[in-house]
Amino acid sequence: MSDHDDLYQEIILDHNKSPRNRRRIEDADHSAEGYNPLCGDHVSVFLNVQDGVVTEATFEGSGCAISTASASLMTEAVKGKTLAEAKALFEKFHGLVTGEDERSERSLGKLEVFSGVCQYPARVKCATLAWHTVRAALDKDDEAVSTE
Amino acid sequence: MAIVDVTDQDRDTRGTGFDVDRIREDFPILRTRLDGPQLVYLDNAATSQKPRLVIDAVSDYYANTNANIHRGVHRLSVQATDAYENARGKIQRFIGAERREEIVFVRGTTEAVNLIAQTFGRTHIDRDDEVIISTMEHHSNIVPWQLLCEERGARLRVVPINDDGEFLLDEYENLLNDRTKLVAVTHIANALGTINPVERIVELAHARGVRVLIDGAQAVPHTEVDVRRIDCDFYAFSAHKMFGPTGVGALYGKLDLLESLPPYQSGGDMIKSVTFEKTIYNDLPHRLEAGTPNIAGAIGFGAAVDYLTAIGMDNIASYEDDLLRYGTKVLSAIPEVRLIGTAREKASVLSFVLEGIHPHDVGTILDQRGVAVRTGHHCSQPVMQRFKVPATARASLALYNTRSEIDALATGLRQVIEVFQ
Repeated sequence: MSDHDDLYQEIILDHNKSPRNRRRIEDADHSAEGYNPLCGDHVSVFLNVQDGVVTEATFEGSGCAISTASASLMTEAVKGKTLAEAKALFEKFHGLVTGEDERSERSLGKLEVFSGVCQYPARVKCATLAWHTVRAALDKDDEAVSTE
Repeated sequence: MAIVDVTDQDRDTRGTGFDVDRIREDFPILRTRLDGPQLVYLDNAATSQKPRLVIDAVSDYYANTNANIHRGVHRLSVQATDAYENARGKIQRFIGAERREEIVFVRGTTEAVNLIAQTFGRTHIDRDDEVIISTMEHHSNIVPWQLLCEERGARLRVVPINDDGEFLLDEYENLLNDRTKLVAVTHIANALGTINPVERIVELAHARGVRVLIDGAQAVPHTEVDVRRIDCDFYAFSAHKMFGPTGVGALYGKLDLLESLPPYQSGGDMIKSVTFEKTIYNDLPHRLEAGTPNIAGAIGFGAAVDYLTAIGMDNIASYEDDLLRYGTKVLSAIPEVRLIGTAREKASVLSFVLEGIHPHDVGTILDQRGVAVRTGHHCSQPVMQRFKVPATARASLALYNTRSEIDALATGLRQVIEVFQ
């Protein structure tokens, strides 16, 4: 096993190669754009919400493997969540990749594959771009967000 | 650049006395080995490592000579002044300038360009005038001109490049006109490695009475620079890319032009006398160096010049050319690699993308193997747009790099491809 396995885990490589929910929703209830000026990564997130629950979540954009896989897994994770749950998930994920959240009971499921990111400070923004963007979308903030 | 057959030697033995193993000994950081693998430093276009000679010059200055310059009559101040001015003389000779006064110490290339924009630019460029740059410029040779043109109501014109990343001289000639007041182009492009035909660029501009600034940041560590042969009006470069300290650089300007510039920053050292009614400015170069300068940095800069001069720029250029050809051959042998920047005249830079893999992922995996490359837009976003890539990975070479380090890069790239297959 080589060193990079703690970062480029199977699930991440798989979601990079075959991203889920990568499409635009025309007339989405919520949407936002995110941009990472450092890498040139760009992501758009689209959400449909019914009775306070995310019924559909998709993304568009291109970036590195970490940011693409993170966007793909984010859309899977927020689907079916209430707005409050989705925002709470953002906080937990943020804690995971920045290494600021040491609590063992994070219950992040599949998203735990990003736990290696905190060892690579230069790559944290790649992992959080889609999440900052979905939070902006949830806040109905149509302004483009930036990781800077 | 043509790819030629290269022999299997790791050092140049063509009678130049260039011994890369001995050169590597001069750089302490190349010997340090932290917890991980041996450092393979291929990010020299961002900044170069420092030889012991430079480190010692800076630390000796602080340990033995530290005092402010051009001030006191006390012995230390005189010694510090001598050391600082001596460094200026070394830099003057290094780039073939006629006079010591033509060398102005600045913080780096960025400040040198800004100095010219704010002094020459504000006095020579007016509404509807034009400034010419090229597509391959570093942001530091774009943004100061954008700001100036905005302020003065002038127009920024851009010389395009071809698919190999070469400056298009014909297009440049067409852009030159009666409204052109300044041409500002790079000598060697940081994101592509292209060596520009600066002598011809200057000749064409001068034929129309247009002044030329050359950004030499990437040229000085790799090739002999002779400002009188180039005949440029201004030449800007940084110490830290040529094995000197950060935070210091030089602006060369032809004496009559520098004489005609208004003050840049004002304060101490740039004046002869001050009353509340009138200030008389100092002579060059001090008139353009307000405040206590980076004395230790300038002395370290001078030491870096000594270091390069002792090895010989011709020897360095020839060794690096051989290394670049080897690197081009080795990377071209990997089918997934696409080189960005394939100019016939090229130096020290291997910028590339891997099919379907983002440069940041390439950079992270290479880093895990101890190979340091730069990934991103290299402060040259218009170059990325020209080649329709969001970013590239860039291996940039210096005199201490070896063929086995190029091999380590290639091995690392094969592993990246394996991870993402």
